[in-house]
Amino acid sequence: MRRVRATLAPTWAVASIPVYSIVLAFAVAAIVVIVSSAFTETGFDPLLPLKAYGSLFAGAFGSGNGIANTLVAAAPLMFGGLAVGLGLKAGLFNIGVAGQFLVGAFAAAVTGSSLANAPTIVGAPLAILAGAAAGAAYGFIPGYLKARTGAHEVVTTIMLNNAAVLLLTWAVNDLVRAPGFSFPRTGDIGQSALPILAGRNLHLGIAFAVSSIFVIRWVLDRTTLGFEIRTVGANPNAARYAGMRPVFITALTMTLSGLLAGLAGAIQMLGVIGFYAPGITASVGFDSIAVALLGRSDPIGILFAAVLFGAFRAGAPLMQIETSVPIEVIDIIQALVILFLAADLVVRRVFRVRAPKVEITEMATVTGSWGGTPPASAAR
Amino acid sequence: MSENTPVLEMRGITKRFPTGTLANDAIDLDLKEREIHALLGENGAGKTTLMNILYGLVTPDEGEIRIDGAPVTIHDPADAIRRGIGMVHQHFMLVPVLTVAENVVLGQEITAVGGILDMTAAERRIRDLADRLAFSVDPRARVDQLSLGQQQRVEILKAIYRGARILVLDEPTAVLTPQETHEIFDVLRRLREEGTSIIFISHKLDEVLDIADRITVIRRGKVVGSRRPAATNESELAELMVGRAVSLRVDRGQSHPGQVILEVAGLRALDDRRHEVVRGVDLTVRAGEIVGIAGVGGNGQDELVEGIVGLRKPIAGAIRLAGRDMTRLSVDARRDLGIAYVPADRQRFGLVLPYRLPDNFVLTRYAEAPYASGLGGFVRQDRPIRSEAGRLAKEFDVRTSSLDVPAATLSGGNQQKVVVAREFRHDLKALIIDQPTRGLDVGSIEFIHRQIIQRRDAGVAVLLVSAELDEVLDLSDRILVMYRGRVVGSFTAAEAQREKVGLLMATGEARP
Amino acid sequence: MDLLAIPRLIWELVRYLFEVLPDLLPIILALATPLALGALCGVLCERSGVVNIGIEGIMLMAAFFGYLTGFTLHDTLGTPVAVSLGIGVAVLTGAVLGLLHAWLTVSVRADQIIAGTMMNIAAFGVTGYLNRLIITPSGRGGAGVIQPFHLPEQLASLPLIGPILAMFLDQGPIAMSVIIFVLVTQLALFRTRWGLRTRAVGEHPKAADTVGINVFRQRYMNVIAGCAIAGLAGAYLTLESTGSFQNGMTGGRGFIALAAVIFGRWTPIGSFLGALLFGTATALGIVVNVHPAAGDLGGLMKSIPTFWYAALPYLITIVILAGVVGRSTPPAADGIPYAKEGKT
Repeated sequence: MRRVRATLAPTWAVASIPVYSIVLAFAVAAIVVIVSSAFTETGFDPLLPLKAYGSLFAGAFGSGNGIANTLVAAAPLMFGGLAVGLGLKAGLFNIGVAGQFLVGAFAAAVTGSSLANAPTIVGAPLAILAGAAAGAAYGFIPGYLKARTGAHEVVTTIMLNNAAVLLLTWAVNDLVRAPGFSFPRTGDIGQSALPILAGRNLHLGIAFAVSSIFVIRWVLDRTTLGFEIRTVGANPNAARYAGMRPVFITALTMTLSGLLAGLAGAIQMLGVIGFYAPGITASVGFDSIAVALLGRSDPIGILFAAVLFGAFRAGAPLMQIETSVPIEVIDIIQALVILFLAADLVVRRVFRVRAPKVEITEMATVTGSWGGTPPASAAR
Repeated sequence: MSENTPVLEMRGITKRFPTGTLANDAIDLDLKEREIHALLGENGAGKTTLMNILYGLVTPDEGEIRIDGAPVTIHDPADAIRRGIGMVHQHFMLVPVLTVAENVVLGQEITAVGGILDMTAAERRIRDLADRLAFSVDPRARVDQLSLGQQQRVEILKAIYRGARILVLDEPTAVLTPQETHEIFDVLRRLREEGTSIIFISHKLDEVLDIADRITVIRRGKVVGSRRPAATNESELAELMVGRAVSLRVDRGQSHPGQVILEVAGLRALDDRRHEVVRGVDLTVRAGEIVGIAGVGGNGQDELVEGIVGLRKPIAGAIRLAGRDMTRLSVDARRDLGIAYVPADRQRFGLVLPYRLPDNFVLTRYAEAPYASGLGGFVRQDRPIRSEAGRLAKEFDVRTSSLDVPAATLSGGNQQKVVVAREFRHDLKALIIDQPTRGLDVGSIEFIHRQIIQRRDAGVAVLLVSAELDEVLDLSDRILVMYRGRVVGSFTAAEAQREKVGLLMATGEARP
Repeated sequence: MDLLAIPRLIWELVRYLFEVLPDLLPIILALATPLALGALCGVLCERSGVVNIGIEGIMLMAAFFGYLTGFTLHDTLGTPVAVSLGIGVAVLTGAVLGLLHAWLTVSVRADQIIAGTMMNIAAFGVTGYLNRLIITPSGRGGAGVIQPFHLPEQLASLPLIGPILAMFLDQGPIAMSVIIFVLVTQLALFRTRWGLRTRAVGEHPKAADTVGINVFRQRYMNVIAGCAIAGLAGAYLTLESTGSFQNGMTGGRGFIALAAVIFGRWTPIGSFLGALLFGTATALGIVVNVHPAAGDLGGLMKSIPTFWYAALPYLITIVILAGVVGRSTPPAADGIPYAKEGKT
């Protein structure tokens, strides 16, 4: 038993703060739920959080269907979390996952529907590729601007998110509107849909997502490209000194990040939604940030965090139906998780944690570039 | 208060930092009225910590401070200022974008109704104070437009404006030319006449013998002796500082220069603000010789070096290595040709502090075989990286408990050894070193100086840049002086004399 | 296309702009108000060294709670009182959130961009949650709006200045107060003791510390004050501009405000001009629909898909940011938490 403890100790040292943060977030959210219940028609109910959380977990894990829903929800979050996490490794904060997700979903929908009658083995991969390419292009724009001009990606990606919604609305309305439907939307994707692996809706995308986790992990830890990305994030000056090209790496990483987010959109489109219509929202955007921070930008951490948040999203509708607690409580929990991760001093004091701080050191590069010195100004 | 009560007494001051270092060990120090008392010790001896305690920036674990005989507790700088203690820090505490006047009055501003600043009154006060000390200053000038010597005078004004009776100066001459040093010493003597008592922290023996009335030597956190300048000399002080007989000059030996390896022709370059700071520099370095560039910081040396190495694109000129034109080549292409670079700021450029030692040891060769393989060196190979790291750590005596610690945990000296170990390869043609021993202890300084000379003797062309004039004079076979972006003087080691070189550094002219 | 077409189109464009100016200006001022107030928040925070990307979230929460107050009280207390209380609650919300942000960034020394992101996510979550829980079920109407002032007829009919005054004063009180806030902040930042200390703390906090200035207190003051102003921006959105609340109604304004700060070189007046610029971009899109141009210009304008007009503010923000950033320098200590060394 002591041997088991010893081997698990380093993992626990890394995972303890995230785990405690989640616990604390649930606790604080419970207070919000209790207090706000006083203003509802059903009145004050101090036990409401327990019932709500119970429903939440029942919805997520309580049945085969629930588990399938959890994994289905987790798949795009794995890609989204990887997108944000990869960006963070290079000192970039990609808040544009929402927009990149949407363009990826759109591209996959359009490609998929035009190949609706082709065999799945042709239609699906091409649609996925289209989604990846669209996401990559949409990630390239802020990446290039950051690399060349120093325009901080935190502002440019949010602007692009808003622009994406407008662009795609127009595109669906005026460019690729499928005939025969009462509202503007793209056509059926038919055979381009991802095959179902199990149950009613557990599609191939989850396998794709999990393998991507391991691919990205390999790239980051074992390749020179990964070393370059990490060095640019840890110390862009030293990276230049070592002969790396931060301008190129910055643009490349944002592009890859956008590609991953586009894949999130593609598999969600091909596995779940099936068509693009204006009004599709991407909670994946903010969720991915929480997933990446919870997972400390590490692919394996992101894997677990994505499953956790997938569980939240999957279980929330049941919770809202059974207890009338709005699904937005998940957003509140998410914000609280991030709060406690950022203010881990609080977590440490409450839970008396003594493990050393595992920081995301690259955040210094993200915030340090706020004022806008492009990474390689001197060498141009 | 009797004539003999010291203005300041520090008794039994002890401070241990959370990292475990015992910075001050039961230190006793006293300062008499109208005295200039020098605190001498090498880097890391504990002088700055002691003064930070006096100024309220650090809380001591044990000990007592008395001012004019009465015990006091100093909680923070505001407290220290109120008690008449002023401090001129080693790294100036001036806000670059604010004016002289704004910097001097900051924290004790002269205001009219509603908190509106009265800068005219402030400027008048400052001019008066400066007149008393016999130097002139423009209160409206922005601090970042001033020379370092002028900035230092602003720091002194700050302290006097607040009524300092005790003035502490931490390494004041580190960034000054010999001429500026003379000038500041005059100011200090005037202050002493006017009634100020001064503590002067330094590691420069000759200066301390010049200016001080009393010298106290600190080593490893303890006081090891106190002398009057008339009763001692440089060797004795050096021995007290370091604890053993020290040869103050490394034996450079004879150099045997060979072919021209590094050539720089007509190089012009801009700084980060797009001002031209390298204005046409020509230089050559032969194999087996050390060429040293002396100059006050900010005259273009750093940008020159960055241009040679490839980190800064020049606007004109050419750079050749062993005849091969490098001007258009990238940093790593130049490295492949055989040039290595030890940067001035090891923490910002030379190392990635969060990375463990093996990654830092191969930082500049991470994509080469055997550290990476596969197409284009895509996949990294751990075993060769670790074995190289182990070899280098041993050869260069890097003191660490294990290789798998982040570079941030190493001491300054060991960090520099990692950079030096990485760059001082055996197949080099040219070596560029900028500020090789800044902030290091004497042991590390000796080690690195010896390594530099070894490389020279192995036939490498060495270009050395240092703000420490003594280091340049000790190590170099040929000395160049840089002033305002140009080389204004060139000497062989035999011809070079401190005063001549210092004058060129300060004014760019051979005659005052 | 004949060669004269382009100059002719440009001339028509100029004439068109003059023609729509009376319609355009009030819209510009209205659109610029939340941006300018948000930008002031950014200036105050960053000048003292704290990056605050949560302005969007603070605006949204303040907008919601102000709205909630007006909405709950306007039946019992009448619209003017309810709305005024709502504005007060919004400003207070801003200040409280500013306190939270200051605590996170200055005392806890958490990463400032993460802290701001958390604020944004929390805002969407809390406002969405409470909106769905409390407001939507009740099905009741809006919160009421502050009635804008109206210039008396005699003044409005004065030649030349009349219409200009009318245009300016027909805004609501929050919009009118913007210019006052801008001027006061500009004066305070560069001519008062508080302003000098703020700038010192934002450029070189260690230097300020060594002369006895309390860096933490200075930063707390700035962030709380700035975020209170951002709260006012939120109040404008729900209590002066519209009379209702929609999820996410801030629509990126908080981020555009940040771009205005950078554009304005971290000065109050400069960022106000930036806010006007971005407001103009959005206003053009609206005016073109409401008051279309005639002739060839009109045809050209109609042929541009509407999404370009709607996306104009976002695209202009990106273009400006790319062009301007790096040419203006932020306060040197912006974004870097301050830690005192050696104090046990």
